[in-house]
Formats: sequence, structure tokens, C-alpha cells
Amino acid sequence: MHPGIIFFLVILGSVLFHIFTPWYWTDIASNWGGMDDTITLSFWIGGGVFIAVCLFMIYCVLKFSYKKDRKAEYKPEDKRLEKILTWATTIGVAALLAPGLIIWNQYVSVPKNALEIDVMAWQWGWQYRLPGKDGKLGTTQVVNINDDNPFGINLDDPYGQDDVLIQSDLINLETNQPVKILLRSVDVLHNWYVPQFRAKMDAVPGIVTYYWFEPNKIGEYEVLCAEYCGVGHYAMRGGVEVQSTKDYDKWISEQETFKDLIVKQQKIEFENKKIVKNNNFLLNKEIYKEE
Amino acid sequence: MSDEYENKAGYQAQSSETISSGGGGSGSASDIDYVRPAEIPEQDLYHGHSFISKWVFCQDAKVIGVQYFLLATFTGVIGLVLSWLMRLQLGFPGAAGFMTAEHYYQFVTMHGMIMVVYFLTALFLGGFGNYLIPLMVGARDMVFPYLNMVSFWSFFVAVGVLLASFFVPGGPTGAGWTLYAPQSILEGTPGSGWGIILMCVSLILFVAGFTMGGLNYMITILQARTRGMTLMRMPLTVWGIFTATVLAMLAFPALLVGALMMTLDNVLGTSFFMPTILKAGEVLEYGGGSPILFQHLFWFFGHPEVYIVALPAFGIVSDLISVHSRKNIFGYRMMVWAIVGIGGLSFFVWAHHMYVSGMNPWFGFFFATTTLIIAIPTAMKVYNWILTLWRGNIRLNVVMLWCLGFIVTFVNGGITGIFLGNVSVDVPLSDTYFVVAHFHMVMGIAPLMVIMGAIYHWFPLVAGRFLNETLGKWHFWLTFLGAYSIYFPMHYLGFIGVPRRYFEMYDSPYMTSAVGMNEFISMAAFIVGAAQFILIFNIIKTLKTGKPAGHNPWQANSLEWLTPSVPPEHGNWGDKLPIVHRWPYDFSVPGSKEDFITQTTPPSEVVETEVEKT
Repeated sequence: MHPGIIFFLVILGSVLFHIFTPWYWTDIASNWGGMDDTITLSFWIGGGVFIAVCLFMIYCVLKFSYKKDRKAEYKPEDKRLEKILTWATTIGVAALLAPGLIIWNQYVSVPKNALEIDVMAWQWGWQYRLPGKDGKLGTTQVVNINDDNPFGINLDDPYGQDDVLIQSDLINLETNQPVKILLRSVDVLHNWYVPQFRAKMDAVPGIVTYYWFEPNKIGEYEVLCAEYCGVGHYAMRGGVEVQSTKDYDKWISEQETFKDLIVKQQKIEFENKKIVKNNNFLLNKEIYKEE
Repeated sequence: MSDEYENKAGYQAQSSETISSGGGGSGSASDIDYVRPAEIPEQDLYHGHSFISKWVFCQDAKVIGVQYFLLATFTGVIGLVLSWLMRLQLGFPGAAGFMTAEHYYQFVTMHGMIMVVYFLTALFLGGFGNYLIPLMVGARDMVFPYLNMVSFWSFFVAVGVLLASFFVPGGPTGAGWTLYAPQSILEGTPGSGWGIILMCVSLILFVAGFTMGGLNYMITILQARTRGMTLMRMPLTVWGIFTATVLAMLAFPALLVGALMMTLDNVLGTSFFMPTILKAGEVLEYGGGSPILFQHLFWFFGHPEVYIVALPAFGIVSDLISVHSRKNIFGYRMMVWAIVGIGGLSFFVWAHHMYVSGMNPWFGFFFATTTLIIAIPTAMKVYNWILTLWRGNIRLNVVMLWCLGFIVTFVNGGITGIFLGNVSVDVPLSDTYFVVAHFHMVMGIAPLMVIMGAIYHWFPLVAGRFLNETLGKWHFWLTFLGAYSIYFPMHYLGFIGVPRRYFEMYDSPYMTSAVGMNEFISMAAFIVGAAQFILIFNIIKTLKTGKPAGHNPWQANSLEWLTPSVPPEHGNWGDKLPIVHRWPYDFSVPGSKEDFITQTTPPSEVVETEVEKT
């Protein structure tokens, strides 16, 4: 078979694969549909260029294959053609860049009404903290973290006392309520990623990073760690349940605050008259799920 | 050792050579053939006398090139076997009984580092660079042959240290090829003790050795070109390798300091990259460092590194396409400026690897813009390659097939690069298999296609015999179709949201749908890997029984084909250096008898043609 025809079949196969693929993005469950749209636009422009370049190449191969008595054209340059191509490419690139930057601007501009959520990551697990009635999260420090204070909240910070602590890798969100995910890590890089929300950002030890989204579809989603964090990386999963306002309010009212935790700990201490185990709770957490 | 330098009288004579050299012909011919006389006398080279000085600690750039080539290929085969093991785990989890998550991450890491640094970089610059630069610019050897020899042996030791890490307690590092701090030096990552130290030491040795080689490539190209070989008459191969070397000289120091600082953090307990860390319930004695600083250092090296691999490939493929289309490369000057422009821009795009790294998000605007700007000169190169084919007289031999395979895979990978460079599109796709598919297509498969094309193209020069064409076609089609069916569908795994660097997928609904595709990709990977042994078999077979190539078998114009002996001997040019009168792309010039005019052909011999002045 002529090589040109095989190359043509490859390109045709690529197009058909793209049209009929059963593997495509998961149904979106957040406000970031613009990202999907930009990808679609990139597919049209980029895919168009790919197909055009390849078909041109295939045509040349079929049309101009070697003949002893023919001579190739001698034409070192064509200024006009080169200029046209440069400008056409520049326009195409600008057409892709513009929506990309516009959406990025939305991505880095968090709406004022976004609910702040502290996502704390470690090797290998997640836990979450929500602001209490004061609407503000207390400040934290890695060195504060111990059994009594699993989030390392600064005890002298008044905003921290009513923070809602969720010592689980599952968290619930209210539908259509924008959330600002504040990421922190106590050891290495992690990344709190839900494919259906499209958004992600690394959690970096030493600093707090953030991103935001607005979940808009009720349901349960899996959280994946999307930044390599050591041997348990692939097992570092969590979950999100997006709920209606009514269900969410019920759920949040059942959660424990930092103050509740302190009181509870003091009670245990008092009743048992024993010193609270010195081992950090993290020791237990470290055994990640095997299966 | 000075007594070993034999000064031949013939060499010195050239300095006093004047226009009268053409005096034998007619007066008008000598006028148009005038080439500025040499400014300094030639010096003879060091000639090895023993087996060791000729073949082991050799100072001939051609032998060093072959040494680089063989050692890089050897490490590349190790990288290939590692990729098989990874694909075995991904396609058929549990099929390799010994495979633990630790092993998997170690294989991922070593595969990545080997392929990018110890295979591709060493092969393009150390291998092709050494062999081709002196020949293509008309020099007898590199300007610092001794340093060149040390460069190779530093690389040799670097590879030794790298491979030694497989045999130390804890095994090689499993930190991912990016070696991101802090996990690379903390427990919880395989090889966080010995493995990462050896990796850093090996990289430091590599950079040191590479700097010696790189100085040679740069200075040879700038200072040792033969008479008449102006910069704008150099083959694009040389332009590609030259620009890539300049990039490497500027980018590798960032990797070097990154590796040094990481070693200090690891061994002496400094905190360059280490913030306060809580590990297993204890606060470690680190504090105040920045993990993102390491990422900046790494990618300030890492992104130019992509072009350190890509630019030589761009250059080489331009020459191969031109020779085998019997047509000048379209828009030579544009091609040169595109190479230089891409090289310059490549230092302003590194943080597009870090859009979701937690760096200040406002950087995203800048780096997305620079990244998409770099697409413009790159696209121009693609247009010029296919416009070179237009109205050519295309030989559809194995070399050309690799070039066509390169165009398809490179454009494919380049387009997905525009996806990922476009900051907000990167958000859902980064850290997924879309990225894996993208960079394998654009800087794995595409440069590999060029390497293969270059092997089939220059083997007749190096060995004096043609590689077998039928075996070559099998090799090409299995590799091209196989590699394309690995990486094209892999993009769609990324759309589903499958993250990279996952030892196991478990049973998330959108991941179970990928099981069948993973099995298919793994099967294709086994076949493509195995197909590479066709080349090794072909080389071994051809060395003995191949068709003799003779002088200039492809009817090319550039100097490397014009040596008095094939394969070229030490010193390359016999008694007299070649004199260059034109660019290397005078193919199919109207009015000329043959469809090529070599670079050494004086104008007086082709007065009746409509050749353009270069």
C-alpha cells in the first residue's frame, strides 16, 4: 500500500475516534463549563490545523513521489506566503488565548460570598474544616497539631473556637454555593481534585493555596490526589457529597466544633484521670486504606 | 605530549594560500570563485597510537559521537524495559507478581529521567552533535578534543552512578522524574535515602560533562568553520544543535544548583526547599524553605530542556526532508530565525508547568501568553517542512517515512501543547494522562522519529553501508502505528480525569471504563518496544552484509558527505580543508545537469544555472 494512503487512514481513524469515542470527559458538576468550551474550541481550531497539515503532507507524498525524469521546483523563499501564514497562525493563537485568559481571570477572582473551606492534606489522607457562626476560619500552625488539636488551630485565635471540624475524608457541600478551597499540607505536595468539578490546585507545605468553584449538581463524587505525594499517592482518595440546602443545613448542624472537641477531650481526661495518649493521632491516620 | 603532534607541511601551506589557487582556470572563474584566505595556519591533531587512545579514551569527535550514541542507546533500552514493566502494571494489574507501588514509582522515575536526560539529550547533542558538527562545518575535529573526551567519560560515570542506584539499600529514587521536594527526600517516597543522593550526584556529573561537550560544540561552530562556511550557509542540523547547546549551557546550571541544594537539604539538613513538616506525628527539624522554589529551578531547566531535545530534531529533520525531497528547504532564513527565536522564548515559558502548583496565580497570564507566542515560530517550521515537500521529487524511502511520521506526531503533540499552555484549559487536564500523552507524543515519539530517520540517513556515512530497507520499513510502520495507537487514545484517558502516577486505579466508575483501553495501550507498548530490536538486528546484519554505500549515496550537498574517504578518517578532510561556495540546499537548480550542487562546487562550474546567491 502506498505510504500516503496509510497516513491518510491514520488521520481518518483519529477523526473517527474523536467523534465516536466512549471515553470523554465526565459530566460537569460545577460552574467551570467555560473550561470545557475552551477545550472544544481548541479541538476545532487545533484539530483543523492538524488535519489540514496532514492532508497537505499526504497530498504532496502522493502527488510528488520520485520520478527519475522530473525535477523538483527551485524556490528558496516566498515572502508573501510566509507572511500570510504567520498572521493566520497569530490570529488562530490569539483566538485560543483570549478565552483561556478570560476564564483564568474568573478562576483567580474568588466571589465574595464563597464559603471558605480548609482542606488539610497529609501522607495520605484529607480532613476538612469549615467556619463556624462567625463565618471566619481560625488561623493554624503545623507545630500546634496534636491529638487535642488535629487541625493545629491557634488556641488564642477567637475565630478558631467555633470552627467546624470534619475528621473524615468525606465532606458535604451545598449546591449552588460557591466554595473557596483553602489548601494546606503538613508534609509534602498534594492536590485536591474532583474531575467533575474540573478545578484543581496543589497543596503546598508552608503556604496556603486556594481555588474556587460552585458545585451545581447534587450527587457523590470521588476526590483524587492529583500531585504525586509518595508511595500512597494512588490510594489518597476522598469524597464529596453535593447536597440540597436543606440536607446540607441538617448535615452541618450535626458536626462537631473545635470547642466541642476541647470540651470532649477535657471530659475524657477528667473521667479517666489519665494522661491523654501522647501519640499523635496522625500515627493512626498514616495507615492508609489497603484496599 | 607535544611530541605526538606531527606537523604536516601540507597543513601549514594553506595559510598562505591565496586566490591564485584557482589560477589554473580562466581569469573570470577565479574572480567569482574567490574565497577569503585563511587567517591562521592549521594545527595538526593529536593522533592516537594505541588501541586505548584510538577507541577508548579517544579524542576524535566521530568516535566520541559513536561512544555517546552507544551508551545513550544502552540507557535508552533500560528506559524502554522500565516502560514495559510500568505498562504491564497499568494494563494488567498484578500480572507482575513482584511489582509493588514502590517499584512502580521507582520505574516511573528512572524511565522519565533516563529518557529525557540520559537518552535524548545525550544522543542528540553528544551523539549526533559530536559526529556531525565538525564534518558539517568543515572542521578537522572539535576545537578542544581532550575536553571532548573527558565529556564523554563524565557522562559514562554519570550513567554508572545512576544505574548503581538500582543496587543500593532502598533502591533508586521514586520521586517522579521532576524530583519535587519535599517528598523526594522524605520517607514515604521510595529511595529517599541513597537513591535520591545518587540521582543528584549523577545529574551533577552529567551537567559537568555536558558543559565540557557543550563548550566544544558552541566554539567549534563559531570558530572552526571552514572558509566560505558563513553562518547562513550552515545546514539547519548545525543551527539546531548550536541553539540547543546554548540553551543547555544556560539551563543546566539551574538543574545543577537545584540538585546541589537538594543534596544539602538531604545530607546536611539545610532547608532550601523544606518548610515546617509534620511527619508521623513529629515535627521535623526543617523550616522556612520553599518547595515551589525547587519547582522554579527545575522547570527553568526543564522547559528549555524540551527544546534542547526538540531543536536538534527540528534541524536534522529539515535536512533529511530537503535531501530526500530533492528540494531546498523552504524559507531557510525563516527556519534559522525560528530556531533562534524558539530558543530565546523557551526561557520565558517555564512556569506553564506550574499553573496549578500554588505559585502566585497571576503568573498564569504572563506564562500562558508567552507559551502561546512560542507556537507561532513552531508552526512556521511545520509549514516550511510541508512546503518543502510541495512540488518536490520525494523519495519515499525509510528516511522519508520517519520524517513524515515526525510531522504527524509532532503536529499532534504540538496542538495538544496549545491546550495545556492555555492556562485555564490546563486546569482540568494537568496531572492527568492527557499530559502524559502530550509530552510523549511531542518530545518522546516525535524526536525519536527524527533519531531513527537520522540513523537510516547517516548510517551509510558512519559504517559505509546501507541499512536494510525492508527491515527498515517494518521497523518504521510498527513503531509509528504502534506509538500513535499508544498515545493518541491516551489523551482521552486524561479527559475522563484519570490522574497520572497512579499505581492502581481502583474502581471509580470513570476509571473502570478505561480498563479495556489500558490493556490495548499496554499491548501496543510491548509491540513498539520489541520493534526497536529490529533496528539493532538490522545494524548488526548490515555491518557485515549491507550494500556498500560509496561516496555521497543520497546525492546530498552538505560537507559531511564530501570527505575523501568513507567513512571519514581522523582529521576528516585529508590534506586540504574543503572550501564552501554555497548553502547546502541547492537541489534541483534549473539548468544544472544533476539535481544537486554540493557546497564545495565553485560558481564557475555552474555558471549556466539559475542558482540563487547565498
